[in-house]
Amino acid sequence: MASEIFEHLKKIDENRWRIPKDTKPGMQVDGVVYADEKLLKDIRQDKALEQVANVAFLPGIVNASFAMPDIHWGYGFPIGGVAATDPENGGVVSPGGVGFDINCGVRLVKTNLEYEEIKDKIRELTLNLFHAVPSGVGSKGEIKVSVKEEREIMVKGSRWAVSEGYGVAEDLEATEERGAISGADPDAVSERAYERGKAQSGTLGSGNHFIEVQVIDKIYDGEVADAFGLSEGLIAVMIHSGSRGFGYQVCDDYLKTMGRCLLKYGINVPDRQLAAAPVNSPEAQAYLAAMRAAANYAWNNRQCLMHLTRKAFERTFKKSWQTMGMDLLYDVAHNIAKLEKHKVNGKEKTLCVHRKGATRAFPPGHPELPVQYQKTGQPVIIPGDMGRNSYLLVGTEKAAETFYSTCHGAGRVKSRTAATKAFDSNKLVNDLEAQGIYVMASSRATIAEEAPLAYKDVNDVVRVVHEAGISRRVCRMRPLGVIKG
Amino acid sequence: MKKYEFFEHTADIGLKIYGKTLTELFINAAEGMFEAIADTGTVAAQHTIEISISEQAENDAELLRLWLQELLYYYSTTEIVFVEFLIHTLTLNNLKATVKGDKAFGKIKTEIKAVTYHQLEVKRSKDGYEATVIFDV
Repeated sequence: MASEIFEHLKKIDENRWRIPKDTKPGMQVDGVVYADEKLLKDIRQDKALEQVANVAFLPGIVNASFAMPDIHWGYGFPIGGVAATDPENGGVVSPGGVGFDINCGVRLVKTNLEYEEIKDKIRELTLNLFHAVPSGVGSKGEIKVSVKEEREIMVKGSRWAVSEGYGVAEDLEATEERGAISGADPDAVSERAYERGKAQSGTLGSGNHFIEVQVIDKIYDGEVADAFGLSEGLIAVMIHSGSRGFGYQVCDDYLKTMGRCLLKYGINVPDRQLAAAPVNSPEAQAYLAAMRAAANYAWNNRQCLMHLTRKAFERTFKKSWQTMGMDLLYDVAHNIAKLEKHKVNGKEKTLCVHRKGATRAFPPGHPELPVQYQKTGQPVIIPGDMGRNSYLLVGTEKAAETFYSTCHGAGRVKSRTAATKAFDSNKLVNDLEAQGIYVMASSRATIAEEAPLAYKDVNDVVRVVHEAGISRRVCRMRPLGVIKG
Repeated sequence: MKKYEFFEHTADIGLKIYGKTLTELFINAAEGMFEAIADTGTVAAQHTIEISISEQAENDAELLRLWLQELLYYYSTTEIVFVEFLIHTLTLNNLKATVKGDKAFGKIKTEIKAVTYHQLEVKRSKDGYEATVIFDV
């Protein structure tokens, strides 16, 4: 299945490769892949490079079709793809550039607990988290909402959870878009999306979604870590989830609409999953309004999950979450399309930036950042696999070249079927426990699918974005307790 | 003749489907999808749902996607894993079927988020029909 595109790759430098725009007729711009030789060996094994080239077909695409070092074969866009289009120049929005799990993302919760103090209670804590958080396929939560409340969530995002007592105002300040992107329209959402979403607020879901208790085991940038209130040996919690069935349905509804737009607007893309419409068209505006509703649903969902996490900590340690310093460091989306201001050839323009398995990484001084991150730059949270590390990075000015985007995780290297064949769930649980990592999942099958070796080494991925300068390492975490769907 | 087989896809699940007729192809695709979702071997045909799709599909591939997506919608809202499929009508603007299954607590394997358009294909083969579908999981 090796990619033919690989033959066309031109090395730019140690961490960047170009897919020239004459590689495939129809490409509007080059593809640019962030990877070193080691990662490229994995990347060339599947169809991810082909997909980077396909994204370059999108009308109005600016500068290049970018791929982060964690890229792998997705559908439409590669996972780890970034594309910005210019609405004034025929630029389109493509639901395939966001994906079904709209605003899948991740948040990092701080604590003032020292690993040494609580290391004997990790097992109990993991168990309490597992009981507190509804997880698994189609999981339903205790936080039940009516249709009226669901409509509120679509507009208010995390503000809904906070108004219900599931968090505090400071949590909103530490969330991308303050937990609610504007321009969401509940009327742009189908009945079916409401139906699929109503029982799933405050649920984790399955697959690669997780809540992980971690210990900070290495500091790279002491100054920024200090500013974030992080130091070696402290416990942190990472939460990874998205918009659940609600988002899947929104994406599906609009893929159908956009499919019809291809002919209407004369758009040529090599994969129907890349169906798109001009940003200023009524179809695209309706999609963006519904996508934002799903994004807000996801932010609210992660806020609810954080509330349940704080409760599980309180139950385990018999202290209030405030006493344990469980403040939200940051929450960031990694499947989303947003209208953002960027400089193109020295001129400021509003572009539609798609990040499909990629993280926004704003530099110090960016007007969108809350006051506490004006000096440091935006915290960028990079989950790894459940056996190795995760990272906290920070945004840099150099990332202007990728429309302030960076990687989003380790990136799969083995398919789920191959992982299931290669790894035994029970043995994995025992091996991880021997390393001091407790894993609990609603489905045993998930554990084998999510085996650490099914992923690239996140250390390699992060090294590339750090060396390429599109974000900078602050600290590294290692897992202690993991709950999965 | 093999009904279906899974193929390797890095992040998602690929399904190759075979059928002597289009109807058989559609039934085998549904069986394959629910086999990816759950251990269907012991699921009883307890509950019945009538499926009716009147949306105009451009071609057989899009109709296949509509059919699977419709089943996925009923599964995600009722939790019923479907194991028996009876297709009454199968045209590009009219698909009618009776499907049966049961809730399958403890037998669920994977959450399929959606049926993608990526590499979606239905084509004639020497034995009838062949199709390719990739599910987002």
